[in-house]
Amino acid sequence: MSTSNLDIKNRKCSHCGEACPDSSYKIGSSVFCCAGCKTVYELLTEKNLSSYYTIMDTPGISFKEVRSKRFDFLDDDEVIKNLIDFRNDELSVVNFLMPQVHCSSCIWLLENLYKLNPGISTSKVNFLKKEIEIKFFHEKITLRELVEALTSIGYEPVIQLDSVEKKKMQLNKKLYYKIGIAAFCFGNIMLLSFPEYLSIDIHETFYRNLFGYLNLILALPVFFYSASDYFISAYKGLKGKIINIDFPLAMGITILFVRSAFEILTYSGAGYFDSMTGLVFFLLIGKVFQEKTYSYLNFERSYKSYFPLAVHIKKDEQEISVPVSRLKAGDRIIIRKNEIIPADSILFKGNGSIDYSFVTGESKPVQKVLGELIYAGGRQLDGVIELEVVKEVSQSYLTQLWNNDTFTKKTESNFENFTNKVGKYFTFVVLLIAALSTAYWMQYNSGIALNVLTAVLIVACPCALALSIPFTLGNSIRIFGRNRFYLKNISVIENLSKIKTVVFDKTGTITETGKANIKFIGPELNPFQQEIIKSLARNSTHPLSRLIYDHLEVNKIYETENFEELSGRGISGSVLNNFIKLGSLYFVKEGAAEVETNLYNVDEYNSQVYLSINNKIIGYFNIANSYRTGFDELVKSLTEDYKTFILSGDNENERENLKKHFGENSQLYFRQSPSDKLNFIKKNKSSYNKVLMFGDGLNDAGALAQSDVGIAVTENISYFSPACDAILDARSFEKISIFLNFAKTSVKIIYLSFIISFLYNLVGLSFAIEGMLSPIVAAILMPLSSISVVSFATLATNFMAKRKGL
Amino acid sequence: MSVIAVLIGISLLIAVGFLIAFLWAVKSGQYNDTYTPSIRMLFDDENKKQKKDNNT
Repeated sequence: MSTSNLDIKNRKCSHCGEACPDSSYKIGSSVFCCAGCKTVYELLTEKNLSSYYTIMDTPGISFKEVRSKRFDFLDDDEVIKNLIDFRNDELSVVNFLMPQVHCSSCIWLLENLYKLNPGISTSKVNFLKKEIEIKFFHEKITLRELVEALTSIGYEPVIQLDSVEKKKMQLNKKLYYKIGIAAFCFGNIMLLSFPEYLSIDIHETFYRNLFGYLNLILALPVFFYSASDYFISAYKGLKGKIINIDFPLAMGITILFVRSAFEILTYSGAGYFDSMTGLVFFLLIGKVFQEKTYSYLNFERSYKSYFPLAVHIKKDEQEISVPVSRLKAGDRIIIRKNEIIPADSILFKGNGSIDYSFVTGESKPVQKVLGELIYAGGRQLDGVIELEVVKEVSQSYLTQLWNNDTFTKKTESNFENFTNKVGKYFTFVVLLIAALSTAYWMQYNSGIALNVLTAVLIVACPCALALSIPFTLGNSIRIFGRNRFYLKNISVIENLSKIKTVVFDKTGTITETGKANIKFIGPELNPFQQEIIKSLARNSTHPLSRLIYDHLEVNKIYETENFEELSGRGISGSVLNNFIKLGSLYFVKEGAAEVETNLYNVDEYNSQVYLSINNKIIGYFNIANSYRTGFDELVKSLTEDYKTFILSGDNENERENLKKHFGENSQLYFRQSPSDKLNFIKKNKSSYNKVLMFGDGLNDAGALAQSDVGIAVTENISYFSPACDAILDARSFEKISIFLNFAKTSVKIIYLSFIISFLYNLVGLSFAIEGMLSPIVAAILMPLSSISVVSFATLATNFMAKRKGL
Repeated sequence: MSVIAVLIGISLLIAVGFLIAFLWAVKSGQYNDTYTPSIRMLFDDENKKQKKDNNT
């Protein structure tokens, strides 16, 4: 039964939009790529939810990637208690992270869940955070049934240990309150100060006093509430014997407030409340601007967010679900296809075919035989296995890395020190100037001397200085984000600019996961041969089969008969009466005719998949690592300015190949265990030698945490990536050297804006020393300096980014 | 001239009203998600109506 007449290139699955190899899954005029997609389509049509398909074209989640999972552990009371946010007699509220949400159809469907299951009351999606809040009647539907219902339509929520233990991240609402109040008071004080600005002589003291008192009242909440963070921070700094940037700010604000209040209460002047509130308002805006966070990305993940919540153990011939944290050595665990092994254990029963891609980045599965030790973190690919736990989860080979000091110690950001250093010198200089000018004026007029003292301290308030950093770096972090490089916070940029050494992990970081250089060795395959090979490979989910399937660029797919997959050996089947075998040499050789000797001379650095058609060995597919695009140019530009290293957990297969890229004197290290990597970074980093580490798997987690800047490279940012300072989308891999360069530029821009703000301070000081600082001069000078620094910082970063092609 | 005092009083009152509205908006979580509502409003009215009916 062939469907070769169909032009399958134009056939897209109505659910997920993937190309359909044939039209065996069909409802009316809609074609589907697999049974899963068809089922969802049927379900949604039946429930009157077919608008899902009209809002966006082919919005569905492909079912090829969905793994069969069991959610029994969601019946465990403790797990339920941890997952549910709120519960009353009738309703439960639960929040899930849902990385699959990608379009408006997703939102529509997920917000119409109540049509799918009457047990669901309402659901609300937060698109940017990729979260969904579901209210459900726990009498009608259990948490497990809810998760199963979501999974059945392709939206499997992320439920992991981390989400159980996660602390509720409170949105910083307080900052918004503070800004709102500061803005309100600032605006009104400006209005009430207008008579003063325009030098309208208010003869009636009634009005003068009314405006003055109103200003004073309006300034109170700004001083005591909106600006409170600066006082607290300055106080904390003083307690730790550090003068930070907040100290001169707090000093400036206080003196502004005290002098203004004094002037108003003694009827001696109009005060500087407009300057004070404006200053606080601008500072708070800067705070919001620098807090660009990618809330849907998680930079703090430990192994726990990757491991399952619960695992099945065998006890007295019964299977029971047990939370992973309660797993003990000696327990017999059962791991099904596509489940993750949570603890170091010994294979007891079944065929182990373990995919360590999340640990090492290597996607080629490793075969394990009975009695072999399997490290935690691997994913079982074939059938059911039984294992005996050797070590508890937290003591396993991989997870014990997290017991290292690196993970418990909170590294202090160098960047803060830098700003604070500026703040310290700044404060001393200002105090010196204030003292000198006061001493000078004391000889003539003690009244003016006091005036000058406060004026100097007011005008020296480093508002513009404090704004240049959040605006420059806040804008830079946005520019990086647009280029798919997501930083944890702004201090990462400063650290990036000081990098001297760059360390790469190999597999998964500089090589592409799931992609390879495939070459067929042997006589060239004709289109028909390619078609039947592709048809056979389509039946297998083995990574190598899928690589071959993707590699062959033919469109016709035929039905395969007698398909058989032998784990660790290969696949076989008949396509149009041609018996094809794909797999290891020994597998293919079985029952085959003579083998040409040159087929044995393989490049042992790569993997080979042999091919026989009708028991005649034709040749083999040579599958080599494929380096990311732009890798060569990247290495070339990096080796000029930085020391570069490779730390690989793999064997030395690729050494020669990598030498070609990195040059003869390159420093390549192979067979590095996770703790070797961590120690390597520890050894190499010093205050003069800042180390940047690129990694992707759990085995790099230690090194990423230990390095000055740890960057996780990932093909899909919503998938797992280890704890790091920044996440880099693999598509932007080639831009790394531009990123490093731009980080340096950003820091230079900060220095320039420092100079601008110092110039303003000088002008202000010259007024202040002469005792000429009137409220109007202050009211013009202070906002002007802030605005010019802010606009310089944002415009300069945008301009430089454009020039560098970001 | 005393009318100015009255006007200022009124203007302050109105401004305070807006301030309270802003604080209330922050508190009720309107700033938690600034993107999804923009998509949600584009869905067909019919569905919304149904949803309302179902909820009540």
